[in-house]
Amino acid sequence: MPTKIEKDEITGTETTGHEWDGIKELNTPLPKWWLWTFYATIIWSIGYFIVYPAWPTLSGNTKGMLGWTQRIEIAQRLEEAKTARAPFVGRIEKASLDQIRSSPDLLNFAMAGGRSVFAENCVPCHGAGGSGAKGYPNLADDSWVWGGALDDIHTTIAYGIRNANTQSRVSQMPRFGADGVLNAKQIDDVAEYVLSLSKRSTNADAVKRGETVFSENCVACHQEGGVGSTDLGAPNLAANIWIYGGDKATIVESVRNSRAGSMPAWTGRLDDATIKMLAVYVHALGGGK
Amino acid sequence: MDGTSPPDADASANKAGHVAVEDAVSTKVQKAAAPLYVSRIKVHPKDVKGLYRRIKWAVLALCLAVYYLAPFLRWDRGPTAPDQAILIDLPGRKAYFFMIEIWPQEVYFLTGLLILAAITLFLVTSLFGRLWCGYACPQTVWTDLFMWVERKIEGDRNARIKLDAAPYTAEKIVKRTLKHAAWIGIALATGGAWILYFDDAPTVVRDVFTGNATLTQYFFIGMFTATTYTLAGWAREQVCTYMCPWPRFQGAMLDDQSYVVTYEDWRGEKRGKLAKAAPGVDPWAGRGDCVDCNSCVAVCPTGIDIRDGQQLECIGCGLCIDACDAVMDKVGRPRGLIRFDTLANQACRAKGEPATHKFVRPRTLIYAGVLAFVGAVMLVALLSRATVELNVLRDRAPLFVTLSDGNIRNAYTIHVLNKTHAPRDFTLAVSGLQGAVLGVAGSDVAAAPVVTLAAKPDSVATYRVFVTVPSQSVRGKASSPVRFDLKPREGRGHADYDSVFLAPGR
Ligand code: SF4
Ligand code: SF4
Repeated sequence: MPTKIEKDEITGTETTGHEWDGIKELNTPLPKWWLWTFYATIIWSIGYFIVYPAWPTLSGNTKGMLGWTQRIEIAQRLEEAKTARAPFVGRIEKASLDQIRSSPDLLNFAMAGGRSVFAENCVPCHGAGGSGAKGYPNLADDSWVWGGALDDIHTTIAYGIRNANTQSRVSQMPRFGADGVLNAKQIDDVAEYVLSLSKRSTNADAVKRGETVFSENCVACHQEGGVGSTDLGAPNLAANIWIYGGDKATIVESVRNSRAGSMPAWTGRLDDATIKMLAVYVHALGGGK
Repeated sequence: MDGTSPPDADASANKAGHVAVEDAVSTKVQKAAAPLYVSRIKVHPKDVKGLYRRIKWAVLALCLAVYYLAPFLRWDRGPTAPDQAILIDLPGRKAYFFMIEIWPQEVYFLTGLLILAAITLFLVTSLFGRLWCGYACPQTVWTDLFMWVERKIEGDRNARIKLDAAPYTAEKIVKRTLKHAAWIGIALATGGAWILYFDDAPTVVRDVFTGNATLTQYFFIGMFTATTYTLAGWAREQVCTYMCPWPRFQGAMLDDQSYVVTYEDWRGEKRGKLAKAAPGVDPWAGRGDCVDCNSCVAVCPTGIDIRDGQQLECIGCGLCIDACDAVMDKVGRPRGLIRFDTLANQACRAKGEPATHKFVRPRTLIYAGVLAFVGAVMLVALLSRATVELNVLRDRAPLFVTLSDGNIRNAYTIHVLNKTHAPRDFTLAVSGLQGAVLGVAGSDVAAAPVVTLAAKPDSVATYRVFVTVPSQSVRGKASSPVRFDLKPREGRGHADYDSVFLAPGR
């Protein structure tokens, strides 16, 4: 601390008494308006501490005077959103899928709702926009294992495939190779025949032999010409659309060990209106029949 | 009063006023005497009468009338659009200016308008100096209005100077309170009128007075009230000299052929008080016409002395001309010692040559040319403005879909902008892809070469459209260009959009 107040000669202002290499600092106080703004913010913050939850305590935190928290606000907002949606949701609950599709405002609502629910629940397997992935059907194309009509899609979403739900869609392809029903040669032949259905076979003799194998073992489910059956969940083998891949090795693997993808039932997890919206949305992705 | 003092510049001025006019010193001179940092020297402009003052009042009245009445003008646009002639409809994301309607994607019209305004300003400035600053600038208009109020309540220049120096007596407090109340009243009316441009004006007026306006509206009223009050009441000429960028580059617009407020120093100097001369001797012999009465300084709203020559602070309001003309009338010398003139003319006059003036000069030609060009571009753009617009967004997931018959399908989100006030049906077609067919998501319409899309009036209709192409059309091409064509079913107009169609590339 300087022992005596020292004044700068040129400006007449007091110095702080600190000196660096002969240079002294002028004692120029902060402008008053700045100080008062600063004090005002301090007072303001004290008000804040009192009015809003602010201080941590051993068992939680101070509650503030208004009883306000962001959680309560979020809950309120969600409640408001729900109330705003309620009339639409009510109408969707009552309407049939076809009615939803033919009423522009319900369709609009269902599409928006369906889109967000799809993004939350279905995208991990079926991809954004229903683009599908290996083992997970593309929902935007026009090939459906279990049917692409509105009701079919609704049933599939509601009860799922090969799960514990009693109404789940179930079908089982035999493990032709693993269980010794067909030998390796026969499997190779039948794969060649399947390839020929989409005009990609290179071995006419194998196709001929495979056709016999197919008619004896596969026709029951995959139908004459491999066109499949949505009632049995048997994919169309003649269309150039493959869930697991359409190259020969994948087809051989499918015949040998079978395939059995599963999908959860969404009833119980999603409410009825939501499942309806999802069905309408998926139907509109481009493949709906 | 002895004979050596100059005649009063203003017949109505009282004795005290006279003395103070004599003492008027420009802010520049006052500052020159002070150290580096001085606080603002308050300017107390004196009342003045004359031609330019009258013009200034007329322009002020006109500007205020336009500002307050414009939002109440109506313009019929049919039942689906607002009928306010000038409206910036923020929630509706549209701006209306009489027959012009601007959608968000057309803000370039606004840019064009600003460019037009800027070039007009350049042109006018190069011809006539700072007409904008002195007469039409909102800062000038409102400051003038505030000064008028101040004069009415606190008196003219000298009374105000006295009042400023006086201690706070009841009278001073009353006057000051009255003045600030009147200022805030005007500021409120100003701020209140601003929001009329953003909503239906009559409704806003009713809402504001019945307390039904939105918080946002009250906020903006408050904000514009505060800015008007501080800028026109307190900041005044400081806005022109310190805040406004315009004075800083006006010099680039001016040349010696531009009309500016000038002091004829060749005639005025050597200035001095008019001495009482002996009978028979011409009191004007050997001296200039300026009697150094300082009237020109006293009336200047920016507090400068025009006799110092062209200055950044001079807003070209011409009030000093009125003041000096009155003095010249009194002392019996020709008017126009301070006048609107070009510097070139002044040089001629000083030499006794006839003044010549050139309106047409390279710079005015360039400004006028650019102005005409931008104006023409704007006009063409406005006249050919499409009433329909098309935006196409390709779906990202999936990029394409292979259908069971091998055909390839892409999905697009289509935005149809119907800018008319009637519902319209449009047809959408694609070109560039052999055998392409279209389908609309959510509708049962079978795939067809052309689909119909409906759009409500003044709105954007959104559709998801599928384009399906036989695989041989895109064989080997991962990406093919495709063009969407949109036409209204009836009437003219057309819009297209170029996009791409993606395929496996095999
Ligand atoms: S000098 Fe004259 S023209 Fe310039 S601002 Fe002052 S009064 Fe107006
Ligand atoms: S220029 Fe005119 S108004 Fe200014 S001091 Fe001289 S005589 Fe007076």
